[in-house]
Amino acid sequence: MIRVQEQDFDIGTELASLTDGKTTVGGLGCFVGLVRDMANDEQISSMTLEHYPGMTEKQLEAIEAKARDRWPLQDVLIIHRYGRLEPGDRIVLVATTSAHREAALESCHFLIDWLKTKAPFWKLEASETGESWVAARDADNEAADRWSADRPK
Amino acid sequence: MQLLYFGWVRTRIGIGRETLELPPDIADVKSLVEWLKQRGDGYREALEDLTVIRVAVNQEMVDLDAEIAPGDEVALFPPMTGG
Repeated sequence: MIRVQEQDFDIGTELASLTDGKTTVGGLGCFVGLVRDMANDEQISSMTLEHYPGMTEKQLEAIEAKARDRWPLQDVLIIHRYGRLEPGDRIVLVATTSAHREAALESCHFLIDWLKTKAPFWKLEASETGESWVAARDADNEAADRWSADRPK
Repeated sequence: MQLLYFGWVRTRIGIGRETLELPPDIADVKSLVEWLKQRGDGYREALEDLTVIRVAVNQEMVDLDAEIAPGDEVALFPPMTGG
């Protein structure tokens, strides 16, 4: 399930909804991305996330489908926020459930690596010296590509 | 044609969305970008370096040589930074 929203989410509630009453689930993998207070040695006061409504949901659904092709998953939940966030705020939640831990953990890692470079979001950081757009990192592209090079399971 | 701009492409051009009537000889993304660059300094500055421009046509990622048609929604933006 994909949710693109401005409001915050409660991690406990979201994770419980993936597992409550689902006794075939053996493991849940999750990743939460947060706004850091430093970028390039500068104190960040806020980060504003812009996205491409419509395409964002499509891309995230396509990424979820890729994960489901590759691992035997029960539920997939991706919540991605947009709008103005401050250091410490939650940005993204990725959670997957499966009968076994390997599928849950690997697919969760795959999903966050892929959505970093394939989901249409852009980040504008504000500091004392002004505003600047966050540049894409080569390391993020390499992390996403690593999954393409891996032998499909 | 519906054109959408995001990230620093949007801030350099100065608007996030516009509807433009294109000359009939513009049939692919590359020629669209070249044509847009003639429209002003903001466009030229935004679209100067094509290695950092990503394109979606009707919300699907495409290459610069992809074909475009008058009813398409074309979005131009920097590399994505989700997560």
